[in-house]
Amino acid sequence: MSLTIGVPKESFAGEKRVATVPEVVEKLIKLGFAVNVESGAGAAANCSDESYRAAGAQIIADTAALCAQSDIIFKVRGPSAAEIGLLKEGSTLVSFIWPAQNPELLQQLAARKVTVLAIDALPRMLSRAQKMDALTSQAGVAGYRAVIEAANAFGRFFNGQITAAGKVQPAKVFIAGAGVAGLAAIGTAASLGAIVRANDTRAEVADQVVSLGGEFVKVDYEEEGSGGGGYAKVMSEGFQQAQREMYAKQAREVDIIITTALIPGKPAPKLITAEMVQSMKPGSVIVDMAAEQGGNCELTEPGLVVVKHGVTLIGYTDLVSRLAKQSSTLYATNLFRLTEELCKTKDGIIDVNMDDEAIRGLTVIKEGAITWPPPAPKISAAPPATAKPAAAPAAKAKGKGHGASSAPMAGTSLAIVFGCAAALFWFVGAHAPASFLAHFTVFVLACFVGYMVVWNVTPALHTPLMSVTNAISSIIAIGALVQIAPPLADLGTGRPDDWIRWVAFIGLALTAVNMFGGFAVTRRMLAMFQK
Amino acid sequence: MSESLVTVAYIGAIILFILSLGGLSNPETSRRGNLYGIIGMSLAVLATVFGPRVTMAGIPWIVAAMVIGGSVGLYAARVVKMTQMPELVALMHSLVGLAACLVGFASYIDTSIAYTGVEKTIHEIEIYIGILIGAVTFSGSVIAFGKLSGKISGKPLLLPARHWLNLAGLLLVIWFGREFINAPTISDGMVPLVIMTIIALLFGIHMVMAIGGADMPVVVSMLNSYSGWAAAATGFMLSNDLLIVTGALVGSSGAILSYIMCRAMNRHFISVIAGGFGTGGGTVVAPADGQPAGEVTPIGALETAELLRDAKHVIIVPGYGMAVAQAQHTVFEITKLLRERGIEVRFGIHPVAGRMPGHMNVLLAEAKVPYDIVMEMDELNDDFPTTDVSMVIGANDIVNPGAEDDPNSPIAGMPVLQVWKSKTSIVMKRSMASGYAGVDNPLFYKENNRMLFGDAKKMLDEVLVALKA
Repeated sequence: MSLTIGVPKESFAGEKRVATVPEVVEKLIKLGFAVNVESGAGAAANCSDESYRAAGAQIIADTAALCAQSDIIFKVRGPSAAEIGLLKEGSTLVSFIWPAQNPELLQQLAARKVTVLAIDALPRMLSRAQKMDALTSQAGVAGYRAVIEAANAFGRFFNGQITAAGKVQPAKVFIAGAGVAGLAAIGTAASLGAIVRANDTRAEVADQVVSLGGEFVKVDYEEEGSGGGGYAKVMSEGFQQAQREMYAKQAREVDIIITTALIPGKPAPKLITAEMVQSMKPGSVIVDMAAEQGGNCELTEPGLVVVKHGVTLIGYTDLVSRLAKQSSTLYATNLFRLTEELCKTKDGIIDVNMDDEAIRGLTVIKEGAITWPPPAPKISAAPPATAKPAAAPAAKAKGKGHGASSAPMAGTSLAIVFGCAAALFWFVGAHAPASFLAHFTVFVLACFVGYMVVWNVTPALHTPLMSVTNAISSIIAIGALVQIAPPLADLGTGRPDDWIRWVAFIGLALTAVNMFGGFAVTRRMLAMFQK
Repeated sequence: MSESLVTVAYIGAIILFILSLGGLSNPETSRRGNLYGIIGMSLAVLATVFGPRVTMAGIPWIVAAMVIGGSVGLYAARVVKMTQMPELVALMHSLVGLAACLVGFASYIDTSIAYTGVEKTIHEIEIYIGILIGAVTFSGSVIAFGKLSGKISGKPLLLPARHWLNLAGLLLVIWFGREFINAPTISDGMVPLVIMTIIALLFGIHMVMAIGGADMPVVVSMLNSYSGWAAAATGFMLSNDLLIVTGALVGSSGAILSYIMCRAMNRHFISVIAGGFGTGGGTVVAPADGQPAGEVTPIGALETAELLRDAKHVIIVPGYGMAVAQAQHTVFEITKLLRERGIEVRFGIHPVAGRMPGHMNVLLAEAKVPYDIVMEMDELNDDFPTTDVSMVIGANDIVNPGAEDDPNSPIAGMPVLQVWKSKTSIVMKRSMASGYAGVDNPLFYKENNRMLFGDAKKMLDEVLVALKA
């Protein structure tokens, strides 16, 4: 008996996202599930009831009926008190929960005897969990939207232009915090043509900033800022002093500041002071992506756009909802990947396997028992410091391998080779007759000629080289030819004429196969090499 | 034709053969090179036939043998599939080896040219060595043919104490060689000669049986080299400089190819020439402990097509799996489609990809892939970081990052194509089985790697359909 996935309409005010989209509904059905969608659930994210129905979902009129008929509920926001009351006992809920911030929500859900998978509790450092990482996908959308909002409020071009009327300076954007949202913002702003600078307390993200077209601004103070689990930690007073100076300097120079600094479970750090805002050029824009947690800027008013000291302060808390179709699609895909992990048998039955590290981390309530927090994850966030020295010798060894043919041989081994050759030649010279030496000379010289010629052959033609050398080695035919019928005068005493003739005949036939076949197949191959 | 004219014709043939090999330095000149080879061979054969060493009585025999052999050869060259080239080449090597044996025996029982003293001894040593090399080449090539065509299992057959067996064989060969040289009459000498031939045949079988499928490029080029030395030995036997020179050319060509193959696999040249495979712990070592475990990310044909469509720079790395699945034509169709859309597609060829040197180049050329987008490993290894998608088709060990990162890996130090440095890599494979070296591949578990499971031809066809849609 396969299970039914229910997708209710989000009840939170201003929430436009929906937990699944028609494209994903099809995939869920392929996994063996039935899908119910509440009427109008996707309306704000441009997903009509008809499109869900076309994808194979059943449309249900209200939330209560939907919850009663569904074994698994996919939601975006954590459930409200009313929604908790609707959940069927024994069913499974997948949504954002923020268990650390909402202990009472956890208690209420546990009382309903349901299983809850908090998509925000995913162990993010598990590489295979990345496909399910909704925090990342949503933060990426938010980062993109933050730049778009800034561009909307900003009175100039982002990119520098040379117009007939004169030169336009490119906008300068500073992004505080290079997490997923920050990196998405860097990429978006850079692709609009702005000069992008970014800072993060974690020094290891500098490469990522540069790779997206940004410039990493360092705080002039030594301290490691990785706090485990991919987040930053609270920094020391000395560091914060240096950081404030750097922010003050950036505030005077740039046109747009986008702040993304968050520390889990704590109010957002106040990075931009009122004086810094005052020091900014009139018409500048600040987008405070941490507004929901109090804001990174002292003057931010969460949820609103205000103008203070000539600077537009954008404190939207619903940046993700402002791109509802995109964020819903990404979220739905994350949930689909999670469903795949839960349902490896593809028969529409889920298995909340607590031995699986990713699933264990997600599961905050298992059949009414609170299982949060999970045991500490085993994998560290920062790349091990030993990685770089280890890579260096490997690269060196590789360099040696490539250069082996051109590098001169070591003196001792060269001496040994010459010594052996001298001994061999002395041995031949001391014992062999002159007639042999003439052939030997030819042989040695031919080896060298062959060596020189063959090194010039391009590797792409190695197979034709083999087949042509094969054809050429049928020159043995000459040996058979001179044996087949030598002049009568040469016929000595008791030469087994017939024997030799037959043996030579067979030898000649064999080499003829090679001779004709080898050249013909080489010709056929070479004809195929075309520009 | 006088003896001197024949010699001059031989010199002409030698020059033409050298030009023929020289022409292969570039695909443009290679076709002319092959023509030089054909002219050289015709010149040599005609000069011999009409020279003083062959009487008119032999002409019918010669024509008959040439017609029989020639038609077989031409037929084979016409019908052979490009994926079967390694088999054909191995089979042809065996013919050269067998012919060298036969000429050697015929030369031994030929009493018409009498030698005395040191010259006789040297002549007999030449016969002995010529037949030895010929026999090893013959039996080894037959086994290589069997392995390449799948008639014999590709797995290495390792007899206990096989190195002692080989050593014993060598000592016996030397001892019978002494007997052979000291034999007073031809019939007395025949016994040690035949016994040595049998030992040499067994040695050839044993040597190639002990070699695994992935080492076949080395074996094929090594046998190529042996067939050249067999021709050179025959040349000494018959005091014929043309044979000596040609044999030396072919022999050094094969030796260089084996050396290139060995370097591409980070194996030692000497151990290969001696047939000492598996001693250095390369091919047959069981997977090491602590191999990279982890999750692979499978994808389907549709997503592969999407990745390719969104890419700007694509590198395709083909391996033997492409040849097995006969997927080269589909690969070209995909390449053509992507290039029409302005996506840069290049091919990265590892020296030991496939079953013989240059095997992949020939397959791609057959599928009409222009050769100027087919690159050697060293030419594009630095370009992977700027590549969006690298597609690995039926290759494994040649893209194993363990060779560079893990000093304990059995293939450590082998130069590999660094596909993991590109933004996304897609590995097409039938299953998660490890490659011929028996080493697990950490590439599969990298975050930016995707696995496309299934038969290469079938999956590529689906990708092609998805790309066209």
